[in-house]
Amino acid sequence: MIEIKMPRLSDTMEEGAISTWRKQPGDKVEVGDVLVEIETDKAVMEYEAYQAGTLAEILVPEGKNADIGAPIALLDDGTGAPAAAVAAPSAQNQAPERGEPSSVAPAVSPAPAPAPAVAAATAVNGLANGGGRQVASPLVRKLARENHLDLSHVTGSGPGGRIIRADISNLLGAGTQAAAPAPVVPAVPTDAPPAPAAPVPAGPAAAGSAPAQTDDVRGTRGVPISQVRRVIARRLSASAREIPHFYVTAVADAQDLMDLRATLNAQLTEAGRPKVSVNDLLVRACALALREHQDVNVSYGGDDSSIVLVHDRINVGVAVAAESGLIVPVIRDADTKTVTQLGAEAKQLVALAGERKLTPAQTSGGTFTISNLGMYGVEHFTAIINPPESAILAVGATTREPTVVGDTLEPRYRLRYTLSVDHRVIDGALAARFLQTLTNLIEHPWMIIA
Amino acid sequence: MTIMTYRQALHDTLRAEMLRDESVLLLGEEIGVFEGSYKITAGLLKEFGEKRVRDTPIAEEGFAGAAIGAAMLGLRPVVEMMTINFSMLALDQIINHAAKIYGMFGGQASVPLVIRTPGGGGQQLGATHSQNIELFYAFVPGLKVVAPSNPADAKALLLAAIRDNDPVLFLENLALYNTKGEVPEGDEPAEIGRALVTRPGKDLTLIGYSRMAHVAAEVAASLAESDGLDIEVVDLRSLRPLDRETIVSSVKKTHAAVVVEDDWLTYGIGAEVAASISDGAFDYLDAPVRRVAMAEVPLPYSKPLETAALPSHDDVIAAIRQTLAAVGHRTARPLATAALGVPQS
Repeated sequence: MIEIKMPRLSDTMEEGAISTWRKQPGDKVEVGDVLVEIETDKAVMEYEAYQAGTLAEILVPEGKNADIGAPIALLDDGTGAPAAAVAAPSAQNQAPERGEPSSVAPAVSPAPAPAPAVAAATAVNGLANGGGRQVASPLVRKLARENHLDLSHVTGSGPGGRIIRADISNLLGAGTQAAAPAPVVPAVPTDAPPAPAAPVPAGPAAAGSAPAQTDDVRGTRGVPISQVRRVIARRLSASAREIPHFYVTAVADAQDLMDLRATLNAQLTEAGRPKVSVNDLLVRACALALREHQDVNVSYGGDDSSIVLVHDRINVGVAVAAESGLIVPVIRDADTKTVTQLGAEAKQLVALAGERKLTPAQTSGGTFTISNLGMYGVEHFTAIINPPESAILAVGATTREPTVVGDTLEPRYRLRYTLSVDHRVIDGALAARFLQTLTNLIEHPWMIIA
Repeated sequence: MTIMTYRQALHDTLRAEMLRDESVLLLGEEIGVFEGSYKITAGLLKEFGEKRVRDTPIAEEGFAGAAIGAAMLGLRPVVEMMTINFSMLALDQIINHAAKIYGMFGGQASVPLVIRTPGGGGQQLGATHSQNIELFYAFVPGLKVVAPSNPADAKALLLAAIRDNDPVLFLENLALYNTKGEVPEGDEPAEIGRALVTRPGKDLTLIGYSRMAHVAAEVAASLAESDGLDIEVVDLRSLRPLDRETIVSSVKKTHAAVVVEDDWLTYGIGAEVAASISDGAFDYLDAPVRRVAMAEVPLPYSKPLETAALPSHDDVIAAIRQTLAAVGHRTARPLATAALGVPQS
């Protein structure tokens, strides 16, 4: 009898949720068969069998979590004797305690690689986000198997983007043996403040409703769902289901902001520098408002946790409508950057998102998100919180409206925005005060760039 | 330990074996009065007489067959085929008789025969006199094929071949006859079927035999000097049996391999070595096994074309650099990949 254990499928993963069992007790399992789909903090991944046999027992049912290395099933390989001390791990949702090395050199070859290899490597990097076979040398695949390494975030520097031993040497601790789940150094350095793994879904999805099916009545056809879409679906379902959202909407007079932006852009253009957008100004305004209301820059630690995580760094995510679906690149330390810096960084991240080349580091560590649909002429809308963050700002269009100024009506730019808030950690008054600060900044825009 | 040429080592060993064992006799074209086309048998006719050093007609099939018969009846003939190209005239005797007799007739007679023959190009001898067709023999069960690359191995493997009870094709090389090296005293035969790690290293395994093992050793030494590369050199020494164990254990250590050979690439000895690596060390490879071989043409007579067609030191260096680049090993100097005309990815 062989214990199948929760594998480490991503560098920041601490536990995994069983998404779908692809084999049921009694099923024959061949080496390479997909046993189970496991959801990590990053994605849903298929986990293949390394040994053949018959699936004897499922220890962790679908929807439940298990720590890395915890037994999740028993595979009967004909050796008979039951695995020792198998205790079905209870589904848990504990407070994160991570003792993660904070700065580890990224897994790239030390010296500057020759240009072709770099180009090839970046071309393949996109595979981590979507379909396609990840190319790794046989040696790397063996080492990954033995050391329980996740290669999905490793960038290959070999020909054609092949992952070679040099790319994973940092992941192989000195004297690592082919043994039980070895402590693995994350492939991608996470220098963000500790953030809890996203509260991942529990319980069967869509209980009670009939499964969607193709039919002629509606002229339906099935289109394969992408990993990205699957992650969006699960994470946002979990967020909407678990987080008690409430919404606070405010409106600001944005005339001065627009005037400032026009003046600024005229001067920037003259200086030959890139222009700034309303969104760049809003990112900075939010960062400043978060600095003033640090208790909005928090994460709920889970029902069993005795602490709330308060983040000292302000990392603002910007929701991007990429072709593959919603993706939220994160601008780190947004409160310490100028508007033009923020604009340049946002532009670069959006471009990378379009090419599906964002690294995990560029999409993690956020503490707040801005979703702006203003460019589509939306007046205002509400957004779903991006866990483990506690608030998200949904921004509408900046439009000229009749505005009461003194006793007369004047056409002035107005901007509406709605803050979605996790009521478990943020109350209405705090949300309102945060918006008050934000509105004040928008209406006195020199304070944003001051 | 004496420093001597490959040629001298062969000569001395033949003589020593003839002195040691009266059943050892030599047959071949021009080996007696003329003292051998390459002077390996110089002085032996005078010393041992016509019964033991026999000049034969220009009839390879005939004297190969005579030697096989003599071997079956208890003598230990050492045949010299003037070059391996002419051995093709005796293919039927060698492959259908020497290689088969022991197995086909239930072990009633063994064939303790040695066929010494030089291969190799580079001497402007034209396409029909410059071939490396040892593969023809290495392909055939029932034969043993050894290919020494230095004087010490020439001695140790010739001792082993003469004392072996099976037919052995003993591959020499025109370009090696004048190379020098230390040769131990005594008469310690080598073990046929054993490759040797002639230079230990950790960056890459470079595998060759005969002249190319010699080239491999030179390349490894020069790259250690110029680039500080630590290349392990494996000299196959025996093509049948092939020492897969030594090859595989070296590649398990270095994770990358280049195989160099003087014969043609397609279906060549290197292909068998590469397949052995894939079989035995697949999970240890960090890059594909690369081969360096001769151009797939009948070897030209023209000197510049002949030189261009044969694998050179530079070809071997280029393949090494390309393989090392593929495993992320950055060398101080720019990679000479353009020389091969192969895109890097």
